[in-house]
Amino acid sequence: MRKYITVIGLEVHAELKTNSKAFCSCSTEFGGDPNTHVCPVCLGMPGALPVLNKQVVEFAIRAGLAVNCDIKKFNKFDRKNYFYPDLSKNYQISQFDKPICEEGHIDILVDGEEKRIGITRIHMEEDAGKLVHSGATISTSDSSAVDYNRAGVPLIEIVSEPDMRSSEEARAYLEQLKAILEYTDVCDCKMQEGSLRCDANISLMPEGATEFGTRAEIKNLNSFRALVRAIEYEIARQAEILEDGGHIVQETRTWDDVNGVTLSMRSKEEAHDYRYFPEPDLVPVEIDDAWIERVQSELPELPAARQARLIADFALPKEQAALIVSTKAMAQYFDEAVSATKDAKGLANWLLGDVSAYLNNEDITISEFKVTPANLGELVDLIKEGVLSSKLAKQVFGEMVKENHSPKALVKELGLEQVSDAGAIEAIVDEVLAENPQSIIDFKAGKDRALGFLVGQIMKKSKGKANPNMVNDMLKAKMQ
Amino acid sequence: MELYKSTIHELHELLVNKKISSVELTNALYERIDQVEDQVKAYVTLDKENALAQAAKVDAKIAAGETIKPLAGVPGAIKDNISTKGLRTTCSSKMLENLNPIYDAHVIKNLRADDTIFLGKTNMDEFAMGSTTESSFFKTTCNPWNLTRVPGGSSGGSAAAIAAGEAIWTLGSDTGGSIRQPASFNGCVGIKPTYGRVSRYGCVAFASSLDQIGPITRDVTDAAIVLNTICGVDGHDSTSLPVEVPDFTKALKQDVKGLKIGLPKEYFGAGLDPKVESEISKAVEQYRAMGAEIVELSLPHTEYAVITYYIIAPAEASANLARFDGVRYGHRNMNATSAPEMTTLSRTEGFGSEVQRRIMLGTYVLSSGYYDAYYKKAMQVRTLIRRDFEEAFKQCDVLLTPTSPVVAYPIDGKMDPLSIYLLDVCTIPVNLAGLPGISVPCGFVDGMPVGMQLIGKPLDEETILRAAYTFEQANDYHKVIAPIGGDK
Amino acid sequence: MKVTEKDVRYIAGLSRLVIPENEMEKFTEQFNQILNYADILQKIDTTGIEPTAHVIPLSNVLREDVVENSVSNEEALKNAPAVHNGGFKVPRVIE
Repeated sequence: MRKYITVIGLEVHAELKTNSKAFCSCSTEFGGDPNTHVCPVCLGMPGALPVLNKQVVEFAIRAGLAVNCDIKKFNKFDRKNYFYPDLSKNYQISQFDKPICEEGHIDILVDGEEKRIGITRIHMEEDAGKLVHSGATISTSDSSAVDYNRAGVPLIEIVSEPDMRSSEEARAYLEQLKAILEYTDVCDCKMQEGSLRCDANISLMPEGATEFGTRAEIKNLNSFRALVRAIEYEIARQAEILEDGGHIVQETRTWDDVNGVTLSMRSKEEAHDYRYFPEPDLVPVEIDDAWIERVQSELPELPAARQARLIADFALPKEQAALIVSTKAMAQYFDEAVSATKDAKGLANWLLGDVSAYLNNEDITISEFKVTPANLGELVDLIKEGVLSSKLAKQVFGEMVKENHSPKALVKELGLEQVSDAGAIEAIVDEVLAENPQSIIDFKAGKDRALGFLVGQIMKKSKGKANPNMVNDMLKAKMQ
Repeated sequence: MELYKSTIHELHELLVNKKISSVELTNALYERIDQVEDQVKAYVTLDKENALAQAAKVDAKIAAGETIKPLAGVPGAIKDNISTKGLRTTCSSKMLENLNPIYDAHVIKNLRADDTIFLGKTNMDEFAMGSTTESSFFKTTCNPWNLTRVPGGSSGGSAAAIAAGEAIWTLGSDTGGSIRQPASFNGCVGIKPTYGRVSRYGCVAFASSLDQIGPITRDVTDAAIVLNTICGVDGHDSTSLPVEVPDFTKALKQDVKGLKIGLPKEYFGAGLDPKVESEISKAVEQYRAMGAEIVELSLPHTEYAVITYYIIAPAEASANLARFDGVRYGHRNMNATSAPEMTTLSRTEGFGSEVQRRIMLGTYVLSSGYYDAYYKKAMQVRTLIRRDFEEAFKQCDVLLTPTSPVVAYPIDGKMDPLSIYLLDVCTIPVNLAGLPGISVPCGFVDGMPVGMQLIGKPLDEETILRAAYTFEQANDYHKVIAPIGGDK
Repeated sequence: MKVTEKDVRYIAGLSRLVIPENEMEKFTEQFNQILNYADILQKIDTTGIEPTAHVIPLSNVLREDVVENSVSNEEALKNAPAVHNGGFKVPRVIE
């Protein structure tokens, strides 16, 4: 089999976190009974007209600046014409030939190597409504009910250059982009609610070739897992066709998450004739330097800067810093917890170790985590100060996640304090030495195992609470 | 004098002085409607119960000594493409035969705030696409001056209602002449304000960059009164202009001394009925005699205006009318087994042939491969047409042209679409340039009214109102009543 | 001829309309008549001429991001030809 290079570009749709819709004053709140966040404008009632929400432009500029784009001064909207029941006007107000942002990039880290992914454009548009099918899937349903609560919710579409070469790179790009959108607070990035959606353009070209192959556009990638699996599936599918001497059909395919396959979406030729033309109901938006400069000055710290700061201030390894900043919530948690502890590295280990494992197990996010940053910081300090052994710390942590108690209070309550009182330890050491004279002889004969045995006996007698360092030192001193 | 033949300003005096009540007046209008509507067919929907209830409220206010607005208690009618909450709004289409709007258009809100009375909704060409009112799904309105002739269009019902005494004032909408041409065919005053003067919110869109609402009335004073109420910026229409609205009635002075009136030669060329031309020429001479300065000039791109319009307007319409898909409102074919089939059948059944033709024309000129040759080209020519006007207004204050090259023609549906389109030649350029234009009666040809069009600079409705008023007051064309229902 | 009957069928499909076969010939002829007339535009040199999308010199008409009242579900569905569970009911979406 020949070797192929995979070429991937992503189109990401992000719902903007505005209060009201893009072109009317209806709420953008998720959920709600069907057709209760609607009005003549977003229902496409005859005669209703759109008026642009200023915050949409503001967010688009912010997102554009965060991914290093040029912000275009002159903006207009266009109508994209196609019939679909969830599209109340049967055209979507979008930006066609003059997107608000062009020529940006973000840097990703894969296997310790940095790579720059180009961003072609970002444009503003409106979301469509939702079809609720009567059956299990669209194709087994005899009818559907349309809910226009999402119709008119503002979106930005972020189109990347075809710069990614593997599913890992695509995943890293989407993770980084998601983090940026979260940090800048333009999108809540809940893929399960559809506020962040991803389509992938995938093609293969033989190694050494200079031109890209024919691509397939994969829609309906609603999780990172789906993105990676769909790309892997598509690489295998296309490679098999090419190996058999076939041609890839340029088409739109949908990801079937249940069966783990991409399926061709039966599309007519006309489906792509969108007949874009300038939206006569909206006037141009002109963005001056002052506007851009203000948004620039208000940009929060972005993931890349934050990662650099964690490395510089706390000497964290790059990979750890990258993981911590990958979500805004985790980064904020770290920042709050680190001010409550003297051991930043220990905190990082705990966050990425026990805490992440717990979150994964429980399938919750750090925002839903019961342990406050201050308490986690306190726990890390208790270990560092030798009050808790790491084994006991895990036991305390197990209690903390149930109810957010201070670890110090829990240690007392559970009687888990490490015994560091020299007199108390000496009494146990003497007792154990008296019970095991043979071990003293063995130790003096150079058998190191004897020391381990004695330590174990002492820890057992102290119910694990004796400070192991002190026990060690004291034993050695007494047996010399 | 019969109440139904009166003007807003006359009736306002009678109401304020308690010579009549609004209920009496409203009843008088419905009696007139009962008498002549069978012949004229100006209305799609009447709303007598609500109109009389509203009239009683106005009477109560007058009785209580409250100050009332000039339009208060004076019954008018609304073109059926303007959204009226709770009152059926059909666009004279089978598609919207049962549409009961859930909101009021901006102009309707303003009119309600002034306590005016809505008699009903007037007939029109389906979705305002036409110049004869023949494309209405419900009925063809007849011209009250000669019932065998068309009333013009698309606001044919609104103009015929005024001529027949079935309303004191009406609203129309004008995309390529749809207020001015029927006003001219019916011996009424009709004004299309500057694009952006009046909010389009709630006017069912035909061609968004051209549509504008305006009044049709018996005289220029009434037009100014209605304009005062409907003009002004609206937060629901991004294209409504944030400018002060003057009191237009203050512009009504009999004075054209030194006014420079431009005559664009292209509007007096081939296709202009010589008898119409002769009436227009008499008006020009009258203006000259009253002290106006007549300037002959040229708008060189005029011949391209009609086709430019018939590319741009259908293109916008093809998108504007896409929402009529049978999903949320409007006609639905109930036998279809899939949504695409349902939409296709609903649209095919719900739209008449002229609407379908224009949707398809618009779809074609926007479709891949044809956009540059048709749509983009037309948008560029639109720029040239606008520049023509900018140049012309360096030489004059207003332009004077016929409103239509012909008077109202017979109802027979014999003309092919293109020939009908070409008759819009005098009014279309004004929409393409977004300028204000008024049609005022200026004579008769074979018993049918002739209209003269005055075109103004952007936002300069006042000058064309003054010029129109001066001409009107020097003549009595506006006092001649259409010979319908026994009047001679 | 600018457009054939086949083109007309394609445009009708894009427009979600059906032109009955017995009217197709006349429709195509009238369609061509208009498009042929449009040829006069080709006489004009429009090189470098900015297209007019708006006749008014307006920009930045923006509203503040404030939520105002929506309509009730009952009102939203008031004119609906068919409803189901608070939604607008449509037949199967895929043909």
